[in-house]
Amino acid sequence: MNKPEDIQIETSPQISDEVRQTTCYMCACRCGINVHMKDGQVAYIDGNRDHPVNKGVLCGKGSAGLMQHLAPSRLHAPLKRVGPRGSGEFETISWNEALDIAAGWLAPLRANDPKRMAFFTGRDQSQSFTSWFAQAYGTPNYAAHGGFCSVNMAAAGIYTMGGSFWEFGQPDWDRTKLFMLFGVAEDHDSNPIKLGLGKLKERGVRIIGVNPIRSGYNAIADDWVGITPGTDGLFILALVHELLRAGKVDLPYLSRYTNAGFIFIEDPKSPENGLFLRGQNGKPQVICRATGKLADYDTPGVMPDLAASYRHAGISHRPVFQLLAERYLSDDYAPDAVAEQTGITADRIKSIAAELARVAFDEEIVLEQPWTDWKGQKHDKMIGRPVSFHAMRGISAHSNGFQTCRALHVLQILLGSVEVPGGFRFKPPYPKPPEAHPKPHAGVTPGQPLDGPHLGYPMGPEHLLLDGDGNAKRIDKAFTWENPMSAHGLMHMVISNAHAGDPYKIDTLFMYMANMAWNSSMNSSGVMEMLTDTDENGDYVIPHIIYSDAYSSEMVAYADLILPDTTYLERHDCISLLDRPICEADGAADAIRWPVVEPDRDVRGFQTVLLQLGAKLGLPGFVTEDGAPKFTDYADYMVNHERRPGVGPLAGWRGKDGKGRGRGEPNPAQIDRYIENGGFWVDHIPDEARFYKPWNKAYQEWAVDRGIFDAEAPYVFNLYVEPMRKFQLAAGGFGDIQPPEHLRSRIQKTMDPLPIWYPPFEDSNVDTDEFPIHALTQRPMHMYHSWGSQNAWLRQITDKNFLYLPTDLWRTHGFEDGDYATVTSAHGSITVPVAQHASLNPKTVWTWNAIGKRKGAWALDNDAPEATEGFLLNHLIHELQPPKGDGLRWANSDPVTGQAAWFDLRVKIAKADPKPAESQPSYPPITSPVGKGPNVVARKI
Amino acid sequence: MHPAPSVIIFTILSGLGFGLFFWLGLGMPDVSGGTAFAFFFIAYTLSCVGLIASTFHLPNKKNAIYAFSQWRTSWLSREGIVAVVTLFTFALIAIPRIFLGAEMVFTGVLGSFFAFVTVITTGMIYTQMKTIPRWRQPMTPVMYMLHALGGGALLAGESKIAGWLLLALSLVLLVMWRVGDQHAAARGTTADATGLAHLGEVRMLESGHTARNYVVDEMVYRIGRKHAAKLRVIALALAGVLPAAILLLTPPGHVTAFLALALHLPGIVIGRWLFFAEAEHVVGLYHGK
Amino acid sequence: MTALPDKTDKKLGLVIDLDTCVGCQGCVTACKGWNTQNYGAPLSDTDPYGADPGGTFLNRVFSYEAQAEGRPAQTVHIPRSCLHCDDAPCVTVCPTGASYKRSEDGIVLVNEDRCIGCGLCAWACPYGARELDHEAGIMKKCTLCVDRIYNENLPEEDRVPACVRTCPTGARHFGDLGDPDSDVSKLVADRGGYDLMPDLGTKPVNKYLPPRPKDTLNTQPLKAVADKPQGFLGWLDKALEKL
Ligand SMILES: Nc1nc2c(c(=O)[nH]1)N[C@H]1C(S)=C(S)[C@@H](COP(=O)(O)OP(=O)(O)OC[C@H]3O[C@@H](n4cnc5c(=O)[nH]c(N)nc54)[C@H](O)[C@@H]3O)O[C@H]1N2
Ligand SMILES: Nc1nc2c(c(=O)[nH]1)N[C@H]1C(S)=C(S)[C@@H](COP(=O)(O)OP(=O)(O)OC[C@H]3O[C@@H](n4cnc5c(=O)[nH]c(N)nc54)[C@H](O)[C@@H]3O)O[C@H]1N2
Ligand code: SF4
Ligand code: SF4
Ligand code: SF4
Ligand code: SF4
Ligand code: SF4
Ligand SMILES: [Mo]
Repeated sequence: MNKPEDIQIETSPQISDEVRQTTCYMCACRCGINVHMKDGQVAYIDGNRDHPVNKGVLCGKGSAGLMQHLAPSRLHAPLKRVGPRGSGEFETISWNEALDIAAGWLAPLRANDPKRMAFFTGRDQSQSFTSWFAQAYGTPNYAAHGGFCSVNMAAAGIYTMGGSFWEFGQPDWDRTKLFMLFGVAEDHDSNPIKLGLGKLKERGVRIIGVNPIRSGYNAIADDWVGITPGTDGLFILALVHELLRAGKVDLPYLSRYTNAGFIFIEDPKSPENGLFLRGQNGKPQVICRATGKLADYDTPGVMPDLAASYRHAGISHRPVFQLLAERYLSDDYAPDAVAEQTGITADRIKSIAAELARVAFDEEIVLEQPWTDWKGQKHDKMIGRPVSFHAMRGISAHSNGFQTCRALHVLQILLGSVEVPGGFRFKPPYPKPPEAHPKPHAGVTPGQPLDGPHLGYPMGPEHLLLDGDGNAKRIDKAFTWENPMSAHGLMHMVISNAHAGDPYKIDTLFMYMANMAWNSSMNSSGVMEMLTDTDENGDYVIPHIIYSDAYSSEMVAYADLILPDTTYLERHDCISLLDRPICEADGAADAIRWPVVEPDRDVRGFQTVLLQLGAKLGLPGFVTEDGAPKFTDYADYMVNHERRPGVGPLAGWRGKDGKGRGRGEPNPAQIDRYIENGGFWVDHIPDEARFYKPWNKAYQEWAVDRGIFDAEAPYVFNLYVEPMRKFQLAAGGFGDIQPPEHLRSRIQKTMDPLPIWYPPFEDSNVDTDEFPIHALTQRPMHMYHSWGSQNAWLRQITDKNFLYLPTDLWRTHGFEDGDYATVTSAHGSITVPVAQHASLNPKTVWTWNAIGKRKGAWALDNDAPEATEGFLLNHLIHELQPPKGDGLRWANSDPVTGQAAWFDLRVKIAKADPKPAESQPSYPPITSPVGKGPNVVARKI
Repeated sequence: MHPAPSVIIFTILSGLGFGLFFWLGLGMPDVSGGTAFAFFFIAYTLSCVGLIASTFHLPNKKNAIYAFSQWRTSWLSREGIVAVVTLFTFALIAIPRIFLGAEMVFTGVLGSFFAFVTVITTGMIYTQMKTIPRWRQPMTPVMYMLHALGGGALLAGESKIAGWLLLALSLVLLVMWRVGDQHAAARGTTADATGLAHLGEVRMLESGHTARNYVVDEMVYRIGRKHAAKLRVIALALAGVLPAAILLLTPPGHVTAFLALALHLPGIVIGRWLFFAEAEHVVGLYHGK
Repeated sequence: MTALPDKTDKKLGLVIDLDTCVGCQGCVTACKGWNTQNYGAPLSDTDPYGADPGGTFLNRVFSYEAQAEGRPAQTVHIPRSCLHCDDAPCVTVCPTGASYKRSEDGIVLVNEDRCIGCGLCAWACPYGARELDHEAGIMKKCTLCVDRIYNENLPEEDRVPACVRTCPTGARHFGDLGDPDSDVSKLVADRGGYDLMPDLGTKPVNKYLPPRPKDTLNTQPLKAVADKPQGFLGWLDKALEKL
């Protein structure tokens, strides 16, 4: 018998025949992956070490991407509905027929009334392309999913400082010395955040996690602040109160780089009350500390005086900073005043404020790096305040989310920690102030393109999308008085508005990768009814639904025509600087996907299909002068489309010689260059341009050179958001464009140009004694929304979810493992399995998001635990708040941006006795258009 | 531990078989010719069915031959070897007895010794498991031994001996359960297993996978305490106390022996089932169980 | 023989930082992917799309809550795979010699050409680190990616276990714990790395770094610059003067 030492094992096996490098799609983080091929098949996936996003690491989803690619739920061919909507009964058709059907619906609409086609996309990574299609088609009804996702965060960031967290910017992980995380479970920037946290841990940097739930990132936080949901704004402003009281704010920074010194008009009778005092040339005025005189804010050499005031015609006008100090020094924001509501003791708040101040000011860091500012002044070093923050939906998915996100940005700015070493840093193409973004457009002409981009940043009531009668121009009522700054649209309102015919009826709903009949909708049960509802003639209220998915999701059953997409390893994709790129604070970067394997089904990349459809409809830009298709496929578009001369979807290797960076003619070999380089392109920012980007001459020049903008555009941060004041003024009766009466007081209150806090709407609309508990969801790190459950590896990790209850609640109700609870909101009720969780805010319950599945979907068996035990909280959340005294129902959205307020939900809980056979509600199975998966998987190539 | 029916049945059968061999080797009963054949046939059938069947449920029988290789360290390997040696030795005993009527006293004692060792090795497979504190006690091999010898004596028709042995088994079961309960209670907590005791009380929040897996199926089987207590009483009565009483208090005879066997067999099935079902593997601590 | 080697030349193993692991499951699926394509039979999944899915994983991540009286509860993620014990009971119980510990580096492996799938080694392992693969009928366990760490077809920097390479937070470290000067040994010394269930005498090679003390922030409150809010303006003026 052999001795162990004699046993021969192969320690150097051949890993693969070939490695193909592309980009992950298991979430929107877009890491670089090495796809190892054996015998022409995908064998194994690991991370690309050279990739700027992930530097070789992959998360649980990325490493399981193979099983997503092989999932039995993949759609096989275009489908035409044959059974009733929602049944899942389809017939397979050819692509020609599919495109004919689609064009048959869309062409007459375009010729007569383009707005009756609504095109909405989910977590689409090609929005600059899909919006280009919608604009060429001419419908005003286009948006991606941002409105129900995190527009509060995005919009608050843009309006305040020209960018926000996530794709907009990142903490300076290498230098920061104190990191504070608000309301994040995973976020889009998944691997960079994890890499960053790892760096902090290596250096022993303190992490403070503010989250009602201590899991994931918060589990490793050194200090956990288990805040009561919806109260972060109050907590943050109490921190501001403490800092101001102690004078621990960065005054030079505030004077130079923000509108703290802007004089605002303080004359209640003036139609400009609260707007900035402007000079002849329209520039906001500051008082020069040296001369005591008014001056344009950007005059070289002028240091604004924050302590002065300006007296004119018997009225004193002050700089913004004084208003700010006055407001937050008030006792209303004292730690003692907010302790009970936030669930955080006053001592703790004071301690955190003191620590922020200590690290920001006592541990200041200095980089010996000269730089020149926008006014031409030279500085010999870069000073850093090494405190940094990151936040996401925990603060943004509330109806006070916009103001809370604003409050956080204001806190960052007061500490002087934005765009400085050790603080928070923007990623190109950000920073980009609101003025530099487009304005929303909805100018429709039958047969013609829309008059401009759909989405943008309104700077006042004049940018609202209302018709002469004050009615919404868009189906989702974005950019109306109900949510004036809805920069990403309101995807969660589309189906209910279309169903209600309010503001008008539509004909064709065209959707792309959004599971709207299930986990991405509020009120999923209601949405399923709306999608199948018929009018008095027996016709569907929403006559046509076209949908593109790659998998057999719940939504597939609710469409009339299915355009099956490829998997991420089978298509070209473009992660573009025009859209949502993969840049880093130190460089601009973009990336591609390319077909590392050809599909083995009759499916097509959706972008290619959209090009084909556009060509069939003869849309401008999609066809040549003689009407022939302009692009053969998406790869062709990626290379040859130019948005502005010399600027196209991909920034790398432009020009005939391939040397162009950001600018240059199309290069036919561009995609090959990307593939050679591992699927991405990165261009580093010069050292002197790496910080102070909004005010750094070298950065501005670099950005123009790379085509990020066409002219230098330095700006200052908006502690005070003047456009908001314009809406407030209108609500106060000033101006021609007037809100409806019932919204005046709400606008006055919520459009405050300085951050405020008010309780989440649900708190005032439901009886909080009856519904005392907050109910939240979190993303599991290893699942991407509903997709993960079709993945044989990932679903074993979580194939059912529990409602987690804090210990007290668990005990008072006498729950035991295996029990079910009936959870009731003002809108509905579900009965679901429970589990105990001690490290949880005592007023909060939660569950993992999107684990519950509809029977018959995703090629899972009807009795899969996802369908029998798994559940969604979505059935409890309604897109409208319960009726108020006046009978009106407000949207369950942020009043500024329209962001869906997922986390405002309040519930009550009772033990379900006897427990049901299955989680409730439970729906009848849908017919699977793809069959079922195999009984065993053991695949080795 | 998961009480796999196959393992329960097969350990019982082979235990009885080797128990019977033990007595046959000592010449009890002192039989030859056709009667000897019948006894040896029963012993071989029971032990071989047990052994072969236990390899039968091995997923990788093609490698079974290697199972004899690790006698220096592995109790399972030892069991296999001694079992085979026992079976061969008894061939040397059985053939002369059946066909020549020859008494093989020395070989017989040697065979009985091997049979005895076989059942002890079986017991040691369980006893050696540090991971299953309930099993890790001297009474485990004794229990296996008494099961085998007691049952074997019953089959051998040695009613009185069987009676005493089963009485002993009853006592051993009681001691084994008692000691086992103590060991199990001292198994530790999730806090100890995770090394997080300095942070306070520790409970499992998520087990990594909500779907089933081998370790949980095999090692994290749990039986309710009340249920176990009831089954212990039944096992004790059926396997030990009642047959012992019948055998010791009534005159020997086929009817009483049969009755005792009829009680004993279901008794040991329940006892053996409990042996597994009650056994708490330390890995359960990681699952909060 | 599956007697354990008296000593091993190296003690290769993992050091897992519980203060850093966020429980993302990256190491779990990276391990599954690598080991399905490499060493021995693929890691199978049964009823993968059905009502009762199950499968073989060599590494699983658990989460626990710890709470001391009067303190907030805390959450700790603990990844678990084979600890490549020095005194590996799984090896000595194995009847076939399939389980063995390599004398050169201490890695504990299963020789699949010998394993009968009896499961005894899994019983002997205190940590639940062995899983019988239902399709192959073979005992599976972490190989410490023995087919990566010496693999000449991989670039030098990639010669680390798949789980270590993928861990996004860098919570997993690989190295020679037998060498007191190795990075991993120093890390263990610095951070008080510990063994799981040391009482069982398995002498695990893998070590865990305990979570750092939590919820300790206690910075003294800031002092106000002025008694009254109006005083703030005066302070502001003075502060600006200094600039
Ligand atoms: N209760 C609750 N509900 C929520 C949230 C919450 O926090 N709590 N969060 C909300 C948020 S922020 C979001 S973004 C939404 C997300 O919700 P969705 O965007 O609906 O997310 P998915 O479930 O992933 O659905 C996307 C669809 O895209 C399909 N898909 C996957 N890959 C491809 C592909 O390559 N091509 C095509 N064409 N389709 C593909 C999937 O099969 C799936 O049907 O959920 C929202 N819903
Ligand atoms: N693995 C994985 N990654 C994903 C996704 C996924 O499905 N899976 N989805 C992607 C998408 S579309 C999005 S939008 C992002 C979202 O990424 P996250 O912002 O991380 O979204 P959630 O998982 O909804 O987590 C919200 C967090 O906020 C906390 N929270 C809720 N209410 C409050 C509150 O009032 N205050 C505070 N401080 N915290 C609160 C919750 O406890 C939770 O931890 O993730 C993206 N990344
Ligand atoms: S974070 Fe994970 S899922 Fe998202 S792109 Fe990166 S590897 Fe893929
Ligand atoms: S962890 Fe378990 S399987 Fe690994 S060596 Fe130790 S006892 Fe054996
Ligand atoms: S299952 Fe295989 S490796 Fe484990 S003890 Fe049995 S033969 Fe040895
Ligand atoms: S070392 Fe290799 S086999 Fe072991 S857990 Fe890590 S990836 Fe899996
Ligand atoms: S990959 Fe790293 S952070 Fe993620 S679960 Fe594994 S050890 Fe923890
Ligand atoms: Mo989202």
